[in-house]
Amino acid sequence: MLLEVRDLHVEFHTRDGVAKAVNGVNYSVAEGETLAVLGESGSGKSVTAQAVMGILDMPPGKISSGEILFKDQDLLKLKGEERRKIRGQEMAMIFQDALSSLNPVLSVGEQIGELFTVHRGMSRKDAKAKAVELMDRVRIPAAKERVGQYPHQFSGGMRQRIMIAMALALEPSLIIADEPTTALDVTVQAQVMDLLAELQRELNMGLILITHDLGVVADVADKIAVMYAGRIVETSPVHEIYKAPAHPYTKGLLQSIPRLDQKGQELYAIKGLPPNLLRIPPGCAFNPRCPMAQDVCRTDVPPLAQVSETRQSACHFWKETLDAR
Amino acid sequence: MHADHTGRTEAAAEGEVARELLTKSRAETAFAGQEPILEVRDLVKHYPLTQGILIKKQVGAVKAVDGISFDLRAGETLGIVGESGCGKSTVARMLVNLERPTAGQIKYKGEDITTMSGRALKAVRRNIQMVFQDPYTSLNPRMTVGDIIGEPYEIHPEVAPKGDRRKKVQDLLDVVGLNPEYINRYPHQFSGGQRQRIGIARGLALQPEIIVADEPVSALDVSVQAQVVNLLDRLQSEFNLSYVFIAHDLSIVRHISDRVGVMYLGRMAEIGTDIQIYDHATHPYTQALLSAVPVPDPEARTKRDRIILAGDVPSPANPPSGCRFRTRCWKAQERCALEVPELAVPAVFRLESGPAHHDSACHFAEERVVVPPSD
Ligand SMILES: Nc1ncnc2c1ncn2[C@@H]1O[C@H](COP(=O)(O)OP(=O)(O)OP(=O)(O)O)[C@@H](O)[C@H]1O
Ligand SMILES: Nc1ncnc2c1ncn2[C@@H]1O[C@H](COP(=O)(O)OP(=O)(O)OP(=O)(O)O)[C@@H](O)[C@H]1O
Ligand code: SF4
Ligand code: SF4
Ligand SMILES: [Mg+2]
Ligand SMILES: [Mg+2]
Repeated sequence: MLLEVRDLHVEFHTRDGVAKAVNGVNYSVAEGETLAVLGESGSGKSVTAQAVMGILDMPPGKISSGEILFKDQDLLKLKGEERRKIRGQEMAMIFQDALSSLNPVLSVGEQIGELFTVHRGMSRKDAKAKAVELMDRVRIPAAKERVGQYPHQFSGGMRQRIMIAMALALEPSLIIADEPTTALDVTVQAQVMDLLAELQRELNMGLILITHDLGVVADVADKIAVMYAGRIVETSPVHEIYKAPAHPYTKGLLQSIPRLDQKGQELYAIKGLPPNLLRIPPGCAFNPRCPMAQDVCRTDVPPLAQVSETRQSACHFWKETLDAR
Repeated sequence: MHADHTGRTEAAAEGEVARELLTKSRAETAFAGQEPILEVRDLVKHYPLTQGILIKKQVGAVKAVDGISFDLRAGETLGIVGESGCGKSTVARMLVNLERPTAGQIKYKGEDITTMSGRALKAVRRNIQMVFQDPYTSLNPRMTVGDIIGEPYEIHPEVAPKGDRRKKVQDLLDVVGLNPEYINRYPHQFSGGQRQRIGIARGLALQPEIIVADEPVSALDVSVQAQVVNLLDRLQSEFNLSYVFIAHDLSIVRHISDRVGVMYLGRMAEIGTDIQIYDHATHPYTQALLSAVPVPDPEARTKRDRIILAGDVPSPANPPSGCRFRTRCWKAQERCALEVPELAVPAVFRLESGPAHHDSACHFAEERVVVPPSD
């Protein structure tokens, strides 16, 4: 397994108390595989990713327990220098907002080239040639002429592709893309996702794709992990989850999707509010909002049960959920 | 009663609203013949491009918006979609008077607001409010929710005298499905969806007639997004609000809009009712947009004919001659480079009375099935 996150717990110490943002996350990604992470806003998707990348804000953040195994070594046990090396060369992250994660006062060529001068000890001239090559690869037209331009001189879709170019520069074995296309319109979205999928295949990388967009997921992911209140509540191969979700939260999420070919009814929305992380409800965290909740849900935390060889659900009533579709 | 406030709001209104939306059927029939509340004509916004640090010299202009016209009627929702950078937000800012157009008119109830000033402008501004895209950065983190929502009353004290304000703000929180007891909380204590509701409450504070919402749900997950959209729908029927709803998610735009305008590079490519645009698009750009929408059902995907556009959007500082879409259009011909296609019912459909009869700025407009009906 390329990456295996085991029982990860992350908390934030705030003025109001301890916010339990990640409460025992387990997921894994193999080489060449795409894992999509879905879930409510605030459910801990980005925080988990930041912990994996080693870029979590600490403090206020704190990894209170768990393991992050990357090629069988626990990243949490590595020293600063070793950790940085893996982060720089073996894994890369693409952020949602390309404009604010690119440096506005450096040309894109300098920013891509820097990766090669710093990590590969290349000369500036060679690094620039590499930058042009990469920009070509992510299909920036006239890369040679534009390598000296600044981020604001590129369109949103191009900036996102430049971010991808930077993430790919050192040919990492794992890429984490945190909502890489949320800010883009559908035509550019399609281009960016196709490109990412193609390069992933070519380089046989593992990809963790965090997204709100279930359409994008259907397009590129091999498997899905759904998060709620800092836990994985369901994991499944893509096709099966769309056909029959095994967790009521996933079911609600799928029902909420507006469809292009349907109109005229009120959209389905999961009732109630996301949980307050300072006071996560006892039992199943979803119980105050769950249409299937029973007494046991208010007292016992549901374990991540094996639904089939490839599927898991953290619901006391996953069987009933599967049947009740 | 407030404990599960949001749930209550959604559940209670459910049957009623659903029925109403169905009968509304939202086609042009509902609004045709009605006087527009807003008439936008040939709206233009050019940002000067300068060179030099000490002595600035204008070397060109970013043609962010370059001749946009549309009408909006009371109680109607106009959706605006289009590629990143095509000028949607710029249009929004001009509508609410945060920015003055370079040219063109915005008539509110027949009066051009682009030339207004002073008291008259202030009165109009009250009636056209904006809800901003980003619930994370558009709320001042150091102000309480009560102060944020009540802030517009500082500028328009006539709407709510000082003594009434707290009560008004609490009523607004209630309207948008937030617990009125939250009035003293700060933005970071709310989730994304709740913050978006705060933004909407603020937009409603002055009881406007028109709300311009710039990507109000883009940053939200689908479930929270559904809550916010249902809320907007409910408020519209309750207060007969008009919306200009900007988004890049075509499904959500279809859901909420009576009519939809498709923008490309500062201009309107096509505009019509939801059925005209989604089921009978005649402009190649609209067809490409529709075909690229990801479908959240792996099996339905294969049935679709996906048009992948080549290349990038040209720079708005230097748009192509003739039809602006021609550098990416698979149907482009010589005429497209020479003649700007006007936004009108294309000649081939002029005599037709079906849904293909609507404004489309293309010399070679034709229908093409891109979204097969679901079964
Ligand atoms: N620096 C921080 N200090 C305090 N709390 C934090 C901090 N960073 C994140 N959190 C909290 O941790 C929780 C999880 O946040 P995270 O960013 O992982 O959510 P997410 O699932 O990525 O949501 P979204 O879909 O909105 O991006 C949230 O409740 C957030 O408020
Ligand atoms: N103040 C400004 N100065 C110069 N150019 C600007 C300014 N504001 C916007 N632009 C340019 O005008 C064009 C339209 O921008 P606008 O923000 O209206 O696009 P948009 O359609 O809202 O895009 P998005 O979907 O990415 O929000 C873009 O090319 C942008 O770079
Ligand atoms: S465990 Fe109970 S409350 Fe939780 S999702 Fe399952 S049925 Fe609902
Ligand atoms: S006018 Fe020509 S270039 Fe423009 S959309 Fe129509 S066919 Fe394409
Ligand atoms: Mg996030
Ligand atoms: Mg915008």
